[in-house]
Amino acid sequence: MLKILKYSFYDLIRSRWSYVYLAFYLLLGIVLLFLNNDLSKAVITLMNVIIVLVPLIGTIFGVMYYYNSKEFTELLLAQPLRRSSIFLGQYLGVALSLSMSLIIGLGIPFVFYGLFKSNAIWNFSLLLITGTFLTFIFTALAFNIALSNENKIKGFGYAILLWLFLAVIYDGLFLMSLIIFEDYPLDKLSLFGSMLNPIDLSRTLILLKLDISALLGYTGAVFKKFFGTNFGLIVSFAVLIIWVMLPVWRISAKSKKKDF
Amino acid sequence: MVTIENLHKRFSKNIVLSGVNLEIKSGGIFAVLGPNGSGKTTLIKSILGMVIPNKGIIKVMDENIKKNAHYRNKIDYLPQIANFPSNLKVKELITMIKDLRGATNEDEALISLFGLEPFLNKKLGTLSGGTKQKVNLVLTFMFDSPLVILDEPTTGLDPISLIHLKELIQKEKAKGKTILITSHIMSFVEEVSDEIVFILEGKIYFKGTISEIKSNTKQPDFEHAIASILTQNNHA
Repeated sequence: MLKILKYSFYDLIRSRWSYVYLAFYLLLGIVLLFLNNDLSKAVITLMNVIIVLVPLIGTIFGVMYYYNSKEFTELLLAQPLRRSSIFLGQYLGVALSLSMSLIIGLGIPFVFYGLFKSNAIWNFSLLLITGTFLTFIFTALAFNIALSNENKIKGFGYAILLWLFLAVIYDGLFLMSLIIFEDYPLDKLSLFGSMLNPIDLSRTLILLKLDISALLGYTGAVFKKFFGTNFGLIVSFAVLIIWVMLPVWRISAKSKKKDF
Repeated sequence: MVTIENLHKRFSKNIVLSGVNLEIKSGGIFAVLGPNGSGKTTLIKSILGMVIPNKGIIKVMDENIKKNAHYRNKIDYLPQIANFPSNLKVKELITMIKDLRGATNEDEALISLFGLEPFLNKKLGTLSGGTKQKVNLVLTFMFDSPLVILDEPTTGLDPISLIHLKELIQKEKAKGKTILITSHIMSFVEEVSDEIVFILEGKIYFKGTISEIKSNTKQPDFEHAIASILTQNNHA
């Protein structure tokens, strides 16, 4: 698996898109720091961008990489390699190179601005950790979709729909259900609901840590009230890890049964 | 070398293989023939473990291939369409496959045989179809495995490379290897193969030598013998 990971990673860090992605984050970091002129504020703005954009990029890159490397995968399948190591290696290659672009692209401008001397460093690290988690989750989900759909267009369609659902539609439905059932106690439902969506969960996690009550939504309030900041953090991370493990497990299970 | 018992495979409603029984002995060149869509590639991919059969047992060198990856060490496979990661250079791809399968020194001789030296530092995405096929051939023949599987090896090759390919195949045969070939070019098959396996509608329709197929169908040449099997079957 490590060999496949090495070659996928090598292949990706030389592709133009990785640099475009890296350059985008560099630019975003620089622009936000100039506009906000304050590290903590820039971290908050960055969160709103990362929460939506990182899943989108992870999804599209994952699907694109899978379909583009189809013939190469077939070449690997004829070699004495286990199927799970081929696909997990490729998955880790994509997820790692995307995470690296994110961390380096955002890290450089913030470090130059004086991140290590400010107290925003923990919030900023949390932001990068959540961003990395989201990259791993959505790349894995994208690989799942691509493995289940031979048709490229369908695969892309489902992947975009998945992102749209988790990033936008889910929140809408969630809010609507809260309004419709406002006469009932909704604490547990909303807690449960935010766990089911990794994007919501990441947002709650960062907001809890940033401790900005003005930005706390209903889910955040419930989290804060029931778990307190530290316990909430541990539970959220545990759920994020489950969100990575489940799709990765399915990649390995699905790839064993697939015909090429 | 390869034993296949009662192999069944269907892709959703499309039944491709329905009860294939085949025994391929060690040594010699076997051609797998059949009309388009008869299941040649599916059969080969089943042997390689790329297609997972619905039913049946496949053994390669007495080893059941189900849930097994290690046996592919004994197989060299030339895929039908050569498409490689376009960001890699030819040299890097060769090094990579060597890294995955183990060291070999055969690659240098093969590279000079097919005249690939000027392309070693070019990216695979910029190569023409024929050059890609030559790279594909180098990757296949650089290992010394007892079973060689070639899926349409002649695609895109120029006449000189075709001669080299035929020589290579004969050389491998002389080493006592078993070679499985699929091809649509009947003159090529007639020239290189010792035995024919003819697949029709998901079953083995005929297995034997070229002279047997000629005498069975009472046709003077090989191409017409194959054609007569196909037309007979259409009438029936």
